[in-house]
Amino acid sequence: MTEYSFGNPEIIEIDTDILIIGGGMAACGAAFEARRWAPDAKITLVDKAAMDRSGAVAMGLSAINTYLGPDRDPADYCRMVSADLMGITRDDLVYDVGRHVDDSVHMFEEWGLPIWKDKSTEGVALKDGGKPVRSGKWQIMINGEGYKTIVAEAAKKALGIDNIIERCFIVKMLLDKNEPNRIAGAVGFSVREHKLYVFRANTILDVAGGAVNCFRPRSTGEGNGRTWYPVWNSGSTYAMAAEVGAELTMMENRFVPARFKDGYGPVGAWFLLFKSKATNGFGEDYVVKNAEMLAEFAPYDKATVVPTCLRNHAMLKEMKEGRGPILMQTPDAMAKLAETMTPQEIKHLEAEAWEDFLDMCIGQAGVWAGNNIRPEKTPSELMPTEPYLLGSHSGCCGIWVSGPEDLNSPAEWKWGYNRMTTVKGLFTAGDGVGASGHKFSSGSHAEGRIAAKNMVKFVRDHKDFKPELKGDIKAITEEIYQPVRTYLEHKDKTTAEDVNPNYILPRMLQMRLQKLMDEYVAGVSTYYNTNGKLLEMGLNYLTMLKEDSKKMRAKDLHELMRAWENYHRIVTAEAHLRHIMFRQETRYPGFYYRADYPKLNEAEWKCFVNSRIDPDTGDWQCFKRPHVDMVEKRYQGQGH
Amino acid sequence: MPTFVHTEKCDGCKGGTVTACMYICPNNLMKLDTARMKAFNQEPDQCWECQCCVKACPQQAIEVRAYQDFVPMGGAVIPMRTDSAIMWTIKFRDGEVKRFKFPVRTTPVGSIDPYAGKSAPGSLDDNLLFTETGKTLPSI
Repeated sequence: MTEYSFGNPEIIEIDTDILIIGGGMAACGAAFEARRWAPDAKITLVDKAAMDRSGAVAMGLSAINTYLGPDRDPADYCRMVSADLMGITRDDLVYDVGRHVDDSVHMFEEWGLPIWKDKSTEGVALKDGGKPVRSGKWQIMINGEGYKTIVAEAAKKALGIDNIIERCFIVKMLLDKNEPNRIAGAVGFSVREHKLYVFRANTILDVAGGAVNCFRPRSTGEGNGRTWYPVWNSGSTYAMAAEVGAELTMMENRFVPARFKDGYGPVGAWFLLFKSKATNGFGEDYVVKNAEMLAEFAPYDKATVVPTCLRNHAMLKEMKEGRGPILMQTPDAMAKLAETMTPQEIKHLEAEAWEDFLDMCIGQAGVWAGNNIRPEKTPSELMPTEPYLLGSHSGCCGIWVSGPEDLNSPAEWKWGYNRMTTVKGLFTAGDGVGASGHKFSSGSHAEGRIAAKNMVKFVRDHKDFKPELKGDIKAITEEIYQPVRTYLEHKDKTTAEDVNPNYILPRMLQMRLQKLMDEYVAGVSTYYNTNGKLLEMGLNYLTMLKEDSKKMRAKDLHELMRAWENYHRIVTAEAHLRHIMFRQETRYPGFYYRADYPKLNEAEWKCFVNSRIDPDTGDWQCFKRPHVDMVEKRYQGQGH
Repeated sequence: MPTFVHTEKCDGCKGGTVTACMYICPNNLMKLDTARMKAFNQEPDQCWECQCCVKACPQQAIEVRAYQDFVPMGGAVIPMRTDSAIMWTIKFRDGEVKRFKFPVRTTPVGSIDPYAGKSAPGSLDDNLLFTETGKTLPSI
């Protein structure tokens, strides 16, 4: 019997009808839905981590940010999402999430997620008319420390534990040998055992989260790990889809959350639930103060809720002109609330304020404890973070997908199965679907379910398809393992193995990527500014970095994971750079500025920017696709 | 706030090849030193401080120490989790201690039966999820 070892992995081949890549909210929704429609199909889920605590909800959440309830219209949800994302979203996809999302939330509650209720309906389930505690028009409060463990339990039970492979990192998807533009499989490796996996599948769901750490973070020491979005989300969803030729959309969009400084703790409950104000260092409300400047981005400045990027834009003006620090005035808010409360209610309020951190950003509680910050006594600093790329939160980069066929959308928005990409058989959801942000955890779960039902339908309609992988599988698996080969070949040539002219450490590669993205592609060090010349130079450096990625080393399986994560970051970063280069306007001030095109240009740029890599040549093309509003938008304070 | 492991408390999960912390860490950071049978964080600056390993450790051997590049020393945030609730102890740098307890789940762990009591799925060709059978979907 062969003894498998580092450098000599076992190759395991698996045939499956449906392959789910990822284990987060969208993947869990997909598993739950798919198995019900296809009790006899082979459905395989592969997660880089352990499902109980993987993905963006691993730590927990203190709120569900998308729940409509009986009184809200999905069309209004479309209005809110569109306004926050400066007018360019797909109403069909957003509406579809809006009309299905509550069903997922009702399932979470049935499974055991504690959801806060209004005193008038305490103990009554949402589906039976229970009234949630709303922190905003669309948000409801939960005791969500165990949110992911609950959702994962349902998914695992639905799928069966034998169909789930944990600690397996998929790094590449593969097209079919015979049918052009047809997905056929994927390859990856175990990060714990000497095993390489080759999957052949009829259909694949690519749901591996957004992209974190493409940019140099504000904290570069130990605090490097304290990213706002999960540090393990490495853009795999976008990179793998792009490399098989799936059309991307709105990859220029990014999210720069303004959060509590350093710990990046959530501010939503403070603004919405506790009615706190944020000011500049001199106590001025910077959004009100800079209203005239924001009017340059009309009509979006007149939305019921000022778009996130415009609020950042006002904040950045104060910071640049020396009127920091930006402060969340927590003592004022708590004092005001306390005016009408009993001591017991005040104590409860304090617990709620801490729970907001402890449920989803424990590190922020650590920052407060270490600095002796008590919110009832000391205001806290806010800071816009390094940029993040995602499609489910307040951002909308991602993959271009077909939408629901029953809505009155343009024909070119519904060419195939709902949530299928432009590659036949390849689906996505959650952070993967572009041009439709503000799904959050619940919407991602619901969207995973929508995709899964359509994947089952796809399998039914293509049951005779026999996937044959394009390319030499031996060569592809060797390519995946190259960083290990490189390490073993060269490690003894220098006396200290970390400095070696024959290879680059994945960590150094990541730092090079972060530095160049920061300095050329509008990171924090330039106050999010760039221009055509900087981008051109950045692309040149990025191209050389991509070449050097072939020389990454991996001294163990953990470092092999880092190597491929960083390769995915490079591809994602390149998409981001190319899209920003193509869109000659400043659509998202406060997220990034094209200093050479500082204004909004509705006439020429109220359109989607899409792109595609030709999988045969590697050529990257960016192009416009027309935007249409399916729901009439209102910007005069009439409500979303 | 990277995790650290108290040498005396960690028992390497009694000789298993995968410790509880290794099993759960979303970023694959916790590793077992098989010579000493002690777990450690192999990449502290990639720690998201989610405390998943802290909550999972059967020996309560893991804690987090605040990131030293921006947090003054002396504070601590320590969870104690059961299947239904979590108790947090927050220690300030100046010594004050606060304690909070929150529910985490309303049903017993392992009790979810995903398809129990659900009607049979409807048509694969409409837009209804399987739990929405019989509903009329709004449209635009």
